[in-house]
Amino acid sequence: MAVIEISSLTKTYNETTVPVHALNGVDLQFEKGEFTAIVGPSGCGKTTLLNMMGGLDAPSSGEVLVENEDITRMKAGPLVEYRLNNIGFIFQSYNLIPVLTVEENVQFIMELQHRNKKEVRDRVDHLLQVMGISDKKTVRPKFLSGGQQQRVAVARALASKPKFILADEPTANLDSKSTDTLLDLMAELNEQEQMTFIFSTHDQRVMDKAKRIITMEDGKVISDVKVSN
Amino acid sequence: MMQLIKLAWRNLWRSRRRTLITLASVLMAVALAIAIRSLQIGVYGNMIGNAVRFSTGYIQIHAAGYYDDQSINNSFVSDDNLQSVIDAQQNISLAVPRLESFALASSGQHTKGVGVMGIHPDAESEMNNLNEKIVQGTYFKTDSDTGILIGDGLADYLKLNLGDTLVLLGQGFQGATAAGKFPIRAIFHFPLEEINNTLVYLSLGEAQTLFAAQNRLTSYSIMLNDPKKMDRTRNHLQAGLDERWEVMEWPAMNKALVQEIQGDNAGGLIMLGILYMVVAFGVFGTILMMTMERKKEFAVMVAIGLKPTKLSLIVILETIFIGMLGVIAGAVLILPVLIYLHWNPITLTGAAAQAYQEYGIEPILPTSLDPALFINQGILVLIITCISGLYPILYVNRFKIAETLKI
Ligand SMILES: Nc1ncnc2c1ncn2[C@@H]1O[C@H](COP(=O)(O)OP(=O)(O)OP(=O)(O)O)[C@@H](O)[C@H]1O
Ligand SMILES: [Mg+2]
Repeated sequence: MAVIEISSLTKTYNETTVPVHALNGVDLQFEKGEFTAIVGPSGCGKTTLLNMMGGLDAPSSGEVLVENEDITRMKAGPLVEYRLNNIGFIFQSYNLIPVLTVEENVQFIMELQHRNKKEVRDRVDHLLQVMGISDKKTVRPKFLSGGQQQRVAVARALASKPKFILADEPTANLDSKSTDTLLDLMAELNEQEQMTFIFSTHDQRVMDKAKRIITMEDGKVISDVKVSN
Repeated sequence: MMQLIKLAWRNLWRSRRRTLITLASVLMAVALAIAIRSLQIGVYGNMIGNAVRFSTGYIQIHAAGYYDDQSINNSFVSDDNLQSVIDAQQNISLAVPRLESFALASSGQHTKGVGVMGIHPDAESEMNNLNEKIVQGTYFKTDSDTGILIGDGLADYLKLNLGDTLVLLGQGFQGATAAGKFPIRAIFHFPLEEINNTLVYLSLGEAQTLFAAQNRLTSYSIMLNDPKKMDRTRNHLQAGLDERWEVMEWPAMNKALVQEIQGDNAGGLIMLGILYMVVAFGVFGTILMMTMERKKEFAVMVAIGLKPTKLSLIVILETIFIGMLGVIAGAVLILPVLIYLHWNPITLTGAAAQAYQEYGIEPILPTSLDPALFINQGILVLIITCISGLYPILYVNRFKIAETLKI
């Protein structure tokens, strides 16, 4: 069964003034354990698509079913709760909470889920270990390199035990070495824990690692290929 | 919740300098506001204390109808019930019996209308230190002592000296003629000219005899331990007495003073209003900036699962922190000054002092240390800061995540 099922999804910005058709009828399915890259030229609708899948914006028409639940019809309040418990987000510019330490940033999301203290502590330790940043636990994000910050962001996204992780150009701000480290870590999580990753990217290195590449143009999917590497 | 408090607190110190500047403005305004209020309320207390001391007391018990028609015919005979009702009130520190009326005072060619007050010497002294105002002669020892006390103003006018005789002529109880000759026993001087010029004191017994009003009083003037509980004490007194008695509070009897205080108070409140506008805008600006520059951060937090209501709570907490820190710092800063000024009040000199004395008020500016003052200002600033936080809260509840994330 597909984790995510997108059908006839459209998004038109500025409907009343100068309409921009960012998505023009997208149909896609994502299975558990995917490691998928969405690629295409700038402005083709990658971010828009990820926002719809993440419940961050509402489509103009069509539906996004997550385990058969249409998240486009959810009210704002429950949708926040839904995102908290089901979706992990990684952003291009890391977006850690600057006043919290590395450890607290990862804890934050689990505390929002009201998990018990011990579970939070153990999981945070484990994730920071996996991401190789245990030694930076008590440091605030601004003292970390971009690559390190993005690894914290991955740990934060994983912390809530989401059904899938959406990452909009996660490596765009990273140098090649940091990109490789990050990708290896994510690929490992994908292999070992069957964590579903969906990226948008312009980065050849990310495409090289991806098991499926969806190419978009003008708000449409123009190719969708599984690659074996 | 702890998590939100932690976030709010840390956010506050992100831009340390800005927060400190905002805090300083709240602090200054609060300190100034408390100082203004403390001085105003302290001065009013002093004015009221002085006014009631020389006149009606905080509360006056008299016969029904006496206040509107202050005639000796509206006097009363005190009874056991009245005494026990007065005694039962813990808040009453002093109940001063008086028999007051009017008479013509003359000495040879000069005649003047005066107020005649029959007093209980000890009680009267306790109320307004009359015994200490004697400049010549001796004060009464008992409430049946003979002789008369007159002010130095009246003595000058009537050209009388200690030992001379003053004739009083007036109307006694139920139309009896009141006439008597009284040797001048003492001359007093009050800071209040009106008293010096127009009031004479007899012992209660002598006054009752003069006005043919044996055992009669026109009023009990009552001083209180805690003037703030005046209403309650008045109600208890009235409840214990039947309709033959009327229990009045000083504001009803001294409307001029009430008006003066109200007028001055309104001015003070306008000052306060302006101060708090400044605070409100300062806090508003800071909170607004703190919100706007964190738009993206807020969008991220909501995206990953923080409810906008909790986000609002963070903003509210930040606002409250600024407000409370400002209030506490302001109060702590100004308190020692106020305590000092309470015990060592500013003493007026020159024309200002004279103006005060003409109204019979000690020319000092004491501060009030009433805790309610601090609490009220605290609550006020808190409300104001919370209002300043409203727009940012509205904002965080409305913004579009996807768009804000792009920034
Ligand atoms: N809030 C918006 N209002 C109006 N138009 C928008 C808005 N967001 C996106 N668009 C438009 O929608 C189209 C798709 O944008 P989107 O951001 O999804 O592209 P993208 O594939 O993510 O591009 P990039 O690779 O540059 O990130 C673009 O033409 C863009 O200008
Ligand atoms: Mg994009």
